[in-house]
Amino acid sequence: MGRFTSLILYGFFCVVVVAAAQGRWVNPYILQIAMFVGINVILSASLNLVNGYMGEFSVGHAGFMAVGAYVTSVLNVWLFSTTKVFGPAVLDPSTAVYLFPATLLLGGIGAALAGLLVAIPSFRTRGDYLAIITLAVNYIVKSSIENMQVIGGARGFMGMSGIVNAMHEAVNLPWILIWVLVCVGFTVWVIHRFVNSTYGKGIVAIRDDEIAAEIMSVNTPRMKMIAFMLSSGLAGVAGGLFAHILGYINPGTFTIMKSTEVLVMVYLGGMGSLSGSVLSAVSLTLVLEFFRPLQVAKWVVVPLLLILLMLFRPEGIMGHREFTDIFPRLRRLFSPKGKEE
Amino acid sequence: MLQSFMQNFLNALQWGSFYALIALGYSLVYGVLLLINFAHGDIFMVGAYIAFFLATFLLGQYAFAFPFALPPLMVFGITVVLTMALTACVGVAIERVAYRPLRRKGASRLYVVITALMCGLILENGNLLFLGANRRSFPELLPGTVYSIGGMNVSNVKIVVIIATLLVFVLLETIVRKTKLGMAMRAISYDRMAVPLMGIPLDTVIVFTFVLGSSLAALAGVLFAIAYPVLEPYMGALVGWKAFIAAVIGGIGEIRGAFLGGFLLGFVEIFVAAYFPSTLRDLIAFSILLIFLSIKPTGIFGIARATKI
Amino acid sequence: MALLEISHMTLFFGGLRAVYNFNMKLGGGELVGLIGPNGAGKTTVFNMVCGFYRPTEGEVVFRGKRIIGLKPHEVTSLGMARTFQSIRLWNSLTVFENLCISQHYRLGYGLWDAVWRTGRYRENERRVRNTAEELLEILGLRHYAMEYPKNLPYGLQRRVEIGRALSIRPSLLLLDEPAAGMNPGEIEELIELIRWIRSEFQLTIWLIEHHMRVVMNVCEWIKVLDFGETIAEGSPHEVKKNPRVIHAYLGEEEPAHA
Repeated sequence: MGRFTSLILYGFFCVVVVAAAQGRWVNPYILQIAMFVGINVILSASLNLVNGYMGEFSVGHAGFMAVGAYVTSVLNVWLFSTTKVFGPAVLDPSTAVYLFPATLLLGGIGAALAGLLVAIPSFRTRGDYLAIITLAVNYIVKSSIENMQVIGGARGFMGMSGIVNAMHEAVNLPWILIWVLVCVGFTVWVIHRFVNSTYGKGIVAIRDDEIAAEIMSVNTPRMKMIAFMLSSGLAGVAGGLFAHILGYINPGTFTIMKSTEVLVMVYLGGMGSLSGSVLSAVSLTLVLEFFRPLQVAKWVVVPLLLILLMLFRPEGIMGHREFTDIFPRLRRLFSPKGKEE
Repeated sequence: MLQSFMQNFLNALQWGSFYALIALGYSLVYGVLLLINFAHGDIFMVGAYIAFFLATFLLGQYAFAFPFALPPLMVFGITVVLTMALTACVGVAIERVAYRPLRRKGASRLYVVITALMCGLILENGNLLFLGANRRSFPELLPGTVYSIGGMNVSNVKIVVIIATLLVFVLLETIVRKTKLGMAMRAISYDRMAVPLMGIPLDTVIVFTFVLGSSLAALAGVLFAIAYPVLEPYMGALVGWKAFIAAVIGGIGEIRGAFLGGFLLGFVEIFVAAYFPSTLRDLIAFSILLIFLSIKPTGIFGIARATKI
Repeated sequence: MALLEISHMTLFFGGLRAVYNFNMKLGGGELVGLIGPNGAGKTTVFNMVCGFYRPTEGEVVFRGKRIIGLKPHEVTSLGMARTFQSIRLWNSLTVFENLCISQHYRLGYGLWDAVWRTGRYRENERRVRNTAEELLEILGLRHYAMEYPKNLPYGLQRRVEIGRALSIRPSLLLLDEPAAGMNPGEIEELIELIRWIRSEFQLTIWLIEHHMRVVMNVCEWIKVLDFGETIAEGSPHEVKKNPRVIHAYLGEEEPAHA
């Protein structure tokens, strides 16, 4: 065991999940829930970077998700399928399976660029005023999409199921599930390494005392830009995957409600706790799914539960801590020298 | 041209009045607690519903009816006062049950914000759960009269809304400047640490703030229901977010700011809708907001606190 | 070449004249003090020098480079570090991490290296850690490396803050009231520490202080500020006797009563 323990364990987990999907041991409904869990893990972990580690209050995460979802979907549909709007497929649909990661990445890059809309004002604005800016960006993204008739406007955009089928036909594997698993791993890994490097801890210094950070040689505008772009980029990747799970997206999905959901996951897990974010994303998604039969009452019961939880643990499930802080033995398992690197 | 401009101007004043009244609640609570009370938009909705039940009750539309019929104007008066009182109770109850325990435990203020969001969800969906999804139409309390002044249509509702808002402004300014509790509110927003040490009862001030904010939201709710007599559980959500934005544009924590911000947002929305396709309304309104906040990050009246190092 | 040269530095806050016509020249290796009554503009001078405020007029040249208009982190990376009047450590990071992050300007790697843990990352991270460890060792803070600053006694927090400033490897160290809030024992240690730092690291120290015991024992040269203007300068002995200084402080009494 050593530094690769977590990677090996996660790889093993992925293989089991993919095998379960491929062998049809679990029904498609459960599989879909599993994929939504993955999406929510990416969203909450990436928002935690900004809201938890950097201490800003971004309330428009769904906006970036929307950018990623639309960029990836539109690219895929334009490249690999024949539609009325975009004409014949540019590339052979069977190549979709290879190029999907590229379009996913482009979606992420698009969302990261949208993140600049928030990052640049953040140089001068902090706290609640910046929160409004993120809110405004969320609305701007949503209503821009609603006004773009080419990509369906308010009616939404579809055709992604065709892409998924094409990928499936080319190589018979549950591709979207695989990419969700890969992206979840990638997100957690990137954020973990970033916030555990002296470089990334610069954003924690900004949270604790921005003036001291700036005077102690941390290039605060650059660090903010990196944090915002990384966070929104990862949200964009989540959006791209989300679009391909559903096969259909519409701007109404990416409202403040969705942002709020992610926000709750972050604070429920604990600000600045990556494992907390993962844990709360998984549990909240499952709880919401579990209460689905209650219909409307679900949205009364779940908030009530959350309020109670906050009353008992006013710093979130994990607070600032990580799993390895609570179970120090794990640390010995996961890193070579017995101490966190 | 001028006529349609004036007509829009009047509509904007009315529309802005609603935003202003709700924005006040955000601003007052923020000034005292630094809390973005995201449940506030739903308090507005609760106000409208309470008004609905009171008004229909007073008009004798239930099994129980008064032996004498009350004149509509009197019903209006009683409804307004009772709604404000009852909604204030709801606001204070939320404060006591959800926010205060968290504050006592020294939770980060963002956790209180999340709790506020949850309370909003509970109000919205609780309403949906218990009252059903059917929309309710509000009884006509003020007999609709439309005056025609210089080719403009001015309804009496509009006049009532605008005048009520202006009255609230004057009243609030007086409360905040002349009464002891009002001065305590200002003192808290100036120095959070010192005020409890000076023997000012913090909790009383906080309750007073919630009473003020919630009753103003209730007033907005009644007036809104009279002007647009269709009620549904989610009516407060979007209006609430936008009123919050109005409060921020004005400079959150400032009474003048909330008013000005509310009217400004009303004007932007009405005029954008008047001269552009209505689908562009949100896009343009929020882009203006984004640009405005990038230039003046603390809102119109907000003062950047000088950072001392 | 002078290390730091300030000429005619002036700052207005609206109509208020905070600092007026401030001049200063440090050749290198000095230990100078800046004193004056409360509100005289001492910290404002520091804030302008480190790039936090932009002077209304005047010129600041540090190691041959004009630094007006540079951002604070850029000024710091030229080799100027400071501490703060009220301690501003990063409280959710350990003492050790505090001393690492302040080396941000010479980390020598970026996001890519941090994520992939490249050779460059490992090499630079090791260097940063070594620097921090060394400093903790020589400042006698090794025992507290994994503590959070807010849990340490006041005197130690000051020491950590000085350590954090030193981790920048400055050629000029600005100390803003390092003895504020310290008890007499801690002050004695501080005086020792400041002297020792200067000789050990061969740097120039410029400090603001109210405790006359520190000022008179440590500084070789003192500048006195009142209402933003320089009213006196000279050796501690001279300044102590200067009637304008005495007047500015107390009206009639001696400034040194500590």
